[in-house]
Amino acid sequence: MARYGKIVYINGPVVKAEGMDDFLMREMVMVGEKKLIGEVISLERGTGTIQVYEETSGLRTGERVTGTGKPLSVKLGPGIITNIFDGIQRPLSKIYQAGGEFIPEGIGLITLDEDKLWDVEILAKEGEYLKSGDVFAQVQETSLVLHKVMVPPGAKGRVKSIVQSGAYSIAETLAVLEDGDKHYELKLAQEWPVRTPRPVDRRMPIQKLLVTGQRVIDTFFPLAKGGTAAIPGGFGTGKTITQHQLAKWSDADIIVYVGCGERGNEMTEVLEDFPKLKDPRTGHPLMDRTVLIANTSNMPVAAREASIYTGITIAEYYRDMGYNVAIMADSTSRWAEALREIAGRLEEMPAEEGYPAYLASRLAQFYERAGYVKNLNGSEGSVTIIGAVSPAGGDFSEPVTQATKRAVGAFLALDRELAHARHFPSINWLSSYSGYTTMLEEWFKDNVASDMLSLREKMLKILHEENKLMDIVKLVGEDVLPDDQRVTLEIAKVIKVGFLQQNAYHEKDAYVEPQEQYSMLKVIEKLYDRAFSAVKKGIPLSKVKDEGLFREIIMMKYNATGNEFFQGIEEKIDQYYDNLERVYKEGARNEG
Amino acid sequence: MKVKYLRLEKAVGPLIVMDDVKNASYDEIVEIEMPGEPSRMGKVVQVDHGRVIIQVYQGTANLSLNKVAVTFSGKPMEIPLSREILGRVFNGVGKPIDGAGEIYAQRLYNINGRPMNPVARLYPRNYIQTGISSIDGLTTLIRGQKLPIFSGDGLPHNQLAAQIVKQARISDDKGNNFAVVFAAMGIKHDELDFFQRVFEETGVMNRVVMFANLADDPAVERISTPRCALTAAEYLAFECDMHVLVIMTDMTSYCEALREISSAREEVPSRKGYPGYMYSDLASLYERAGMLKGSGGSITQIPILTMPNDDITHPVPDLTGYITEGQIVLSRSLYQMGIYPPINVLPSLSRLMKDGIGKEYTREDHPDLANQIFSAYSRVQEIRALAQVIGEDELSEVDQKYMEFGRQFEERFTKQGFDENRSIEETLDLMWELLSILPEDELTRIDPALVKKYLRK
Repeated sequence: MARYGKIVYINGPVVKAEGMDDFLMREMVMVGEKKLIGEVISLERGTGTIQVYEETSGLRTGERVTGTGKPLSVKLGPGIITNIFDGIQRPLSKIYQAGGEFIPEGIGLITLDEDKLWDVEILAKEGEYLKSGDVFAQVQETSLVLHKVMVPPGAKGRVKSIVQSGAYSIAETLAVLEDGDKHYELKLAQEWPVRTPRPVDRRMPIQKLLVTGQRVIDTFFPLAKGGTAAIPGGFGTGKTITQHQLAKWSDADIIVYVGCGERGNEMTEVLEDFPKLKDPRTGHPLMDRTVLIANTSNMPVAAREASIYTGITIAEYYRDMGYNVAIMADSTSRWAEALREIAGRLEEMPAEEGYPAYLASRLAQFYERAGYVKNLNGSEGSVTIIGAVSPAGGDFSEPVTQATKRAVGAFLALDRELAHARHFPSINWLSSYSGYTTMLEEWFKDNVASDMLSLREKMLKILHEENKLMDIVKLVGEDVLPDDQRVTLEIAKVIKVGFLQQNAYHEKDAYVEPQEQYSMLKVIEKLYDRAFSAVKKGIPLSKVKDEGLFREIIMMKYNATGNEFFQGIEEKIDQYYDNLERVYKEGARNEG
Repeated sequence: MKVKYLRLEKAVGPLIVMDDVKNASYDEIVEIEMPGEPSRMGKVVQVDHGRVIIQVYQGTANLSLNKVAVTFSGKPMEIPLSREILGRVFNGVGKPIDGAGEIYAQRLYNINGRPMNPVARLYPRNYIQTGISSIDGLTTLIRGQKLPIFSGDGLPHNQLAAQIVKQARISDDKGNNFAVVFAAMGIKHDELDFFQRVFEETGVMNRVVMFANLADDPAVERISTPRCALTAAEYLAFECDMHVLVIMTDMTSYCEALREISSAREEVPSRKGYPGYMYSDLASLYERAGMLKGSGGSITQIPILTMPNDDITHPVPDLTGYITEGQIVLSRSLYQMGIYPPINVLPSLSRLMKDGIGKEYTREDHPDLANQIFSAYSRVQEIRALAQVIGEDELSEVDQKYMEFGRQFEERFTKQGFDENRSIEETLDLMWELLSILPEDELTRIDPALVKKYLRK
């Protein structure tokens, strides 16, 4: 049934058409002679409002709008990993082949490669009963990802027929399920509407650390598999570098990187860098577990709004296979601005700063699609969402930051002052927090050390103490403070420079295992304890702070080679202070 | 099928509204004629049934509702381009204003451009030596980058831009393969004169294309000025394989024109009355910088903006900073201390620097060295604040050395003459020399091996 509407109104990405009585809300439509892709966002007495995912320049009133009968969906199947898509899952490399260096409009809805043959291993047998989510075949998609082909949600039944293992494309039918008088054809790929979360059996509690190899994150503000985190920061504070670091080094099985309204060159950088980088755990290229969604700031704004949903739907699909998936959205503020822009063109009543009133609920709905779950097929998987936020003017009180803060479990606040001093990652240790610390207590106990969290608290306390002391120092200078407080300042400096600062471009420093992070902190703790007790014994700070020793500890992040190395440093600390204390004791005795 | 429509429904600010127009297309260009007036150009910005809203580039002054004839072209705004544009001056809608005649070209180019496919982009890695220490050493400019200058009224941003143009070309090994595209939006006559004079003096005038919309020209033309300029830049870079430096000044005037039109259209405003789509709109300009695979050319953008009240959180610098690959921030207090160029290196940043410096590009010690200077200079700010309270004599020995470092950094590194062109080696050696003021164990950001190799006490 072909259904048509007639365009009567055009304003940027918003188009209205008449004669759309039979269209559905959220239906995907083709707009105009160029068949631009759009989505119905409101219907009123036959007039439909459509947001168009391509440039509307040149569109005329009177042209047709054609319905497709289905909501905006993505195609889920092998071929997703290592690919780079636009906001509505069209592969950019195919657009490049079809349209050249600059993205044209009206190229239609192209998606995964339908001609490519995949080596399929069939796992189910004829006569077997399959329910939704069950794995009936598998494909080695990349060196890192075994793609499990699942029965789509909603389909179930006895296997009536199934092919032999062999080479198949995503367009071919592999099996037919029979459920009473219903038949379901199973293929390598399935479709799913982006705005609907994929179903799960049940949610499970969060209890595993998402290892990122970033010291300030893993140790002080840990992220959890299935958790959510926001990284807010003004421009130039290192949001994108932090997101890139997480995409490179976190121990997720799959990374979905959504470049939402950001720079084109940054996406190109990822495209050039990731294939060259090796996964520290398996040695395979990082690209083999990564999928990119790029809707750069100059690409159509409505597709920017959709890109976040395209990303999360792909993430959920791989979670259903039993993988731990992490999705990085850079930046959710651009997504919120896309909402605002479209709302403005629809002349909706604005709430705070022109954003629509439903901003907070949309953000919350998005972040709630994260979670550690038991899948329909019994496997366990997780989706972790890490969203960058770009607050206007670097002011965290603006609506997007505030609404995001309510929706996420961890908040990694980037600080302009730190960034100016080139302290990276510029995560502010006073205003950041992670709600997952206590949930991860067991994990730290089992995988790192039983005193990991108490050590963390002790170090944070030193940093907080330092912050208070700095207020005084700013007024009267450091020399006035008693020596024990000056030890706190010196140790805080060691923590800041030797531990919190991490060089993303240094071969060794870019990624550090949690165990090693713990060892480093242990060394700093030892230094603190010994130095503190030494000044308490009356030894002057100038002796307690040995430049060579302090420098060696600050530099250990570049030199550490394993357990023996840390033991060696600890011994050195002991030796130095034992010696120092002995000399002073003797000196005191001689004087006395 | 060109139809003339003879009646306006409404004229308000830069907009005219017409009813009963058939088949108008979004974004198309119209010609507006009125007896006794030069013909004007307009653009369709909204179509609602038969009602069409048109934004008039030359403004609506002296238009009447009845005596007007409007012709719809059916096409978006296009300009003719050929190699002949080098050395020419155009107005904001791409018409020659230097009296040297029209441009004859094979083809017309749509000024709106299209987004570059990230897959087709080539990641910029080649640095441009500007001969200015603060830039080369600490915020290195990369070919294909968009690096704006955040300035304030009365600060020497024009001199700085002119110096970059003057010196950047000398280091270009390919010699004649460069061009400058200059887009002036709402700047003063004397500012334009200054640039023209510098271009002439340095003998690059025949490689410059100018698109000039001055302060007393119609504000609406400011919207099309940078688009014409960037279309010309794309033509030169990607069809003629040239390295193009695009200077756009002043972006604040551009944004104000955007706001003017938005408010005339009664749109919902966001911050400070600027339209909600300003981010996307600015991105559609800035993202036109870059390099393409399979093309020898590049577009490097240096937009200049004046921060109202020197406020970096104002929407114009704020949204710009989120799109561009860094920023060069000028400081009023440095300028008042007599330092030119008054670049405040701490808030300045070049995002692409990390991949265009170091061993293969500048020198192996460059990344660590820059990092150390940033860290030391930021420490200087803290110590200065302290010295204000307790006096410089009360500072610790190390802190006093930092104070000395800060002074020399500003006097010897930041400060440099308008005609002083420093090579990258000179700049890097100067950085080491300055660091030698500090105790060696303060140099925690530099690989000890490099300290050993380069530091001379």
